[in-house]
Amino acid sequence: MTAMCDVAFLLLSFFVMTATAKQPEPKPVDTPASTVIDKLPEEGVATITVGDKQVFFTIPRASRRGTLERISSTKGVAFTEGEYKAFEGMEGFGVPLNQLKGLLALSPAKRNDPKLQIGIPYDSVNDQLTDWVKQAREAHKAIYDEKLTTGEITVEEFGKKGDLGIAIKGDAKEDFMTVKRIIDILQKQKKNKFFLITGLRNEDF
Amino acid sequence: MAELNTGGGGGDGKKVRSKKSNPGVDLTAMVDLAFLLITFFMLTTTLSKPQSMPLAMPDKDVEKPKPEDITAIPEDRMMTILIGKDNRILWYMGMLKTPRMQPTEAKFGKEGVRKDIIKNTAYAKQHKTKPDDGLIVNIKASDAASYRNLVDILDEMAINKVQLYAIGDITPEEITLLKDKGLY
Repeated sequence: MTAMCDVAFLLLSFFVMTATAKQPEPKPVDTPASTVIDKLPEEGVATITVGDKQVFFTIPRASRRGTLERISSTKGVAFTEGEYKAFEGMEGFGVPLNQLKGLLALSPAKRNDPKLQIGIPYDSVNDQLTDWVKQAREAHKAIYDEKLTTGEITVEEFGKKGDLGIAIKGDAKEDFMTVKRIIDILQKQKKNKFFLITGLRNEDF
Repeated sequence: MAELNTGGGGGDGKKVRSKKSNPGVDLTAMVDLAFLLITFFMLTTTLSKPQSMPLAMPDKDVEKPKPEDITAIPEDRMMTILIGKDNRILWYMGMLKTPRMQPTEAKFGKEGVRKDIIKNTAYAKQHKTKPDDGLIVNIKASDAASYRNLVDILDEMAINKVQLYAIGDITPEEITLLKDKGLY
């Protein structure tokens, strides 16, 4: 009995230590399955979530502030310090720019209300997704540029990590054309390599 | 359940026995709780990072590439996969106008398109000019296809270790072909 108790508590402490609570997502999607077992890099990856023709964007925490600063200066929208803090704490979002302030004012629990966020516009008339991706990449690059000048990372590492990785997390039932449109947006910015987030299955299908 | 046996109480006075010490504490409840918590944490943690499939698209250069940079794709090794509606596929080898193998319909999965890919890989190997030449696949999804179809077909590429594959834009002729076959 003592041994079992020991093992149980050992495991318990292990799980408590390693636990990272599942982040609530504004758009839960059901990803398609694949046999490829490559893991998504842990850091430096922004995720574009696509579901029901709506697009949501998740920026890595380190680049969030820089991204919003750049959006703010290019689009002429000023944000308060509190809004910057709220944006840094927000996991993913999917609202047009003119609704972003309203979203940031809400409490984190209310933000994930299913009907609240309507997705980032990505049609050719009002293509805000391009701006977000572009500014996020620049913010990410600025951080690594600084690391390179201070000598924290080598040129070789900069080459590997300097560009923000982009992962597409699409719903399995989503139209191919919607995903194609996202891919086209990325390719227009010369982002030709990205990740498709998938579930796992075996070859027997 | 949880009791601590501290030896007999009272006694009948005959002999003063030293109290039997019994240090065993019943741990059942504690272990129960521990395992309950383990289960809870195991289920709630996202231990594994999400799976991902790396995808590299061909560079869409604005300027036209120089003629000497263009490499002709050998028709015998080129397979085009068109994805239509209802998870149906149409594939052909070579050029659309002069196909080496006529457009054939297939389904997803190991009994469907995977067999065709294996067969075509063998065919491509017969026409290789260099020892490591293999099948070249051009994936063209129509408007009727879903994102799952794209991932499925990319997965087939990974499973069959296709040497070279790319996602291309579907042409109007190919859409007509899909329509004729009732896949669009």
